[in-house]
Amino acid sequence: MNILLITEQREGKWNKTSFETLAAAQQIANETKSRLAAAVIGKGVADLAGELAASKLDEVLLIEHDLLAAYTPDGFTIALTQAIAQAKPDLILLPHTYQVRDFAPKLAASLGKGMIGDCIGYRHENGKLIFVRQMFQGKTVADVVFEGAPPWFATFQAGAFRADLVAQGESKAPVTPIPVELSAAQIRTKPLEIFREAKQAVDLTQAPILVSVGRGIKAPENIPMAEKLAHLLGGELSASRPICDEGWLPMDRQIGSSGQTVAPKLYLALGISGAIQHVVGMKGSRTIAAINKDQNAPIFEVADYGIVGDLFEIVPALIEELEKTKSS
Amino acid sequence: MKIVVCIKQVPAKDAPLVIADGTWIRETDIGFEMNEPDSFALEEALRLKEKHTGEVIAVSMGPERVKQTIKEALAKGADRGVHIADDKAHTLDPLGAAKSLAAAIERETPDLVLTGLQSDDHGFGQTGVLLADRLGLPHATLIMQIGGVESDHLRVKRELEAGWFQWVELPLPAVLTIQSGINKVRYATLKGIMAAKKKEIVTIARESLGVTHEPTQRIERIYVPTKTKKTEFLNGTPKEAAAKLLEKLKHEARVL
Repeated sequence: MNILLITEQREGKWNKTSFETLAAAQQIANETKSRLAAAVIGKGVADLAGELAASKLDEVLLIEHDLLAAYTPDGFTIALTQAIAQAKPDLILLPHTYQVRDFAPKLAASLGKGMIGDCIGYRHENGKLIFVRQMFQGKTVADVVFEGAPPWFATFQAGAFRADLVAQGESKAPVTPIPVELSAAQIRTKPLEIFREAKQAVDLTQAPILVSVGRGIKAPENIPMAEKLAHLLGGELSASRPICDEGWLPMDRQIGSSGQTVAPKLYLALGISGAIQHVVGMKGSRTIAAINKDQNAPIFEVADYGIVGDLFEIVPALIEELEKTKSS
Repeated sequence: MKIVVCIKQVPAKDAPLVIADGTWIRETDIGFEMNEPDSFALEEALRLKEKHTGEVIAVSMGPERVKQTIKEALAKGADRGVHIADDKAHTLDPLGAAKSLAAAIERETPDLVLTGLQSDDHGFGQTGVLLADRLGLPHATLIMQIGGVESDHLRVKRELEAGWFQWVELPLPAVLTIQSGINKVRYATLKGIMAAKKKEIVTIARESLGVTHEPTQRIERIYVPTKTKKTEFLNGTPKEAAAKLLEKLKHEARVL
């Protein structure tokens, strides 16, 4: 089998999920005895291709064009369709990023093919690849297989594989430029500037401890209590999406698929139910503790320690205990 | 402005799910509701209509029960409904579902097609993008704001990852997938519910749409996930539980 990984970069910076999917791709290539190539797409990304070539790969494809400088679904679909026609992969793997969600289904459909999206794993059984993905908001998992002739497309969820398991090659993989033809008239959408809404005041990825609040915090006036706990623990305050949507905390405090992905040594979840969109952003944490009223809340699926109860009773008790040890 | 909004009916959030036939859930004895991400798309469609005038058409695919969700959309202010009837719609793969929706939507020649981000049942998250491809229209996904609506184009604010956003201009007609949380969804009023009774829902049998499709993927089985971690629950009064937690974090997990 020929496997092609399509990596993601923006303005010369990697989307780190690319390397998680690279780890997955290497593992699949190893198990299925396949050839593995990885593509870099954009403009002026030869350096990134060179960097990628240090990984254990059979080939790096460099897809460059002036019209690929800014991402557009039309530009990327047209260029990648041509690259796929040249490289002839059987299986195309991509990280399940927001950008991939925007073009990969279209890329697959333009070839009359399907995509199994947002996979959390795979199994190789009796010569067949089975992709595992969540359904019903994580309440069930599904084994999904491809039907029909290749190429097949699959995407892996952030956090499904570990980027630090990427194998380095004994020698550099060859970098092959793939020429693509693209004209401005083919690109229907016009991307304008990329901007940040809130000034990034805090880099939550660097915090060793995070105290995170969800819907269970009920009202903005209860936030200072959680903040106090965070400070006593020597950590930062973060939140799930609904809290930031309500404006109770700025967007830069948001953890999850639309916010930051973190892996602190301690993640303390207060009143967070644990929807997948949140869990993907924190499940890599070393230790997870959760306080929630509902003992069936999915957050307990990933928690090491759990307290089922009223956070408005437990958090003050934690604060009291911590203040006691501090003063003694 | 003629706006088609795709809404899916999914099991209610608190519905107890029982796996049946290995690949789907038992549909008897559970409630169904409008897919929450689609409710944001509907709300956005209604706001666009109120601002720019026009018509909102709610399209849903599935068995007879999905008419209830179409009625809810009509009660909130959609003008008419299209029901693509298929008792086995849940067995379609993303491309098969999109082809069917596209075949029905094409007849409406809309200026704008809106969908939610993804469904709370399958969660494929592909329908909007695939619809655009099948309809031959440009698209943009994860929309947090729609602005600058002109007769032949509009501007949308896309959400990128890690707090980044981007404005994108695209010609009409177009397909947009709406990010959840873009707006505050309205409730149906009594007046709206009464008015909905007079609104039209056209039912089209899916097989009559003339869609040919070979499935690209197949769900072999669904199952309840095995826990990756074993949670240690700490009991007692709030004070006791809090003390136990700090003790565990300090001496067992050694993270404090």
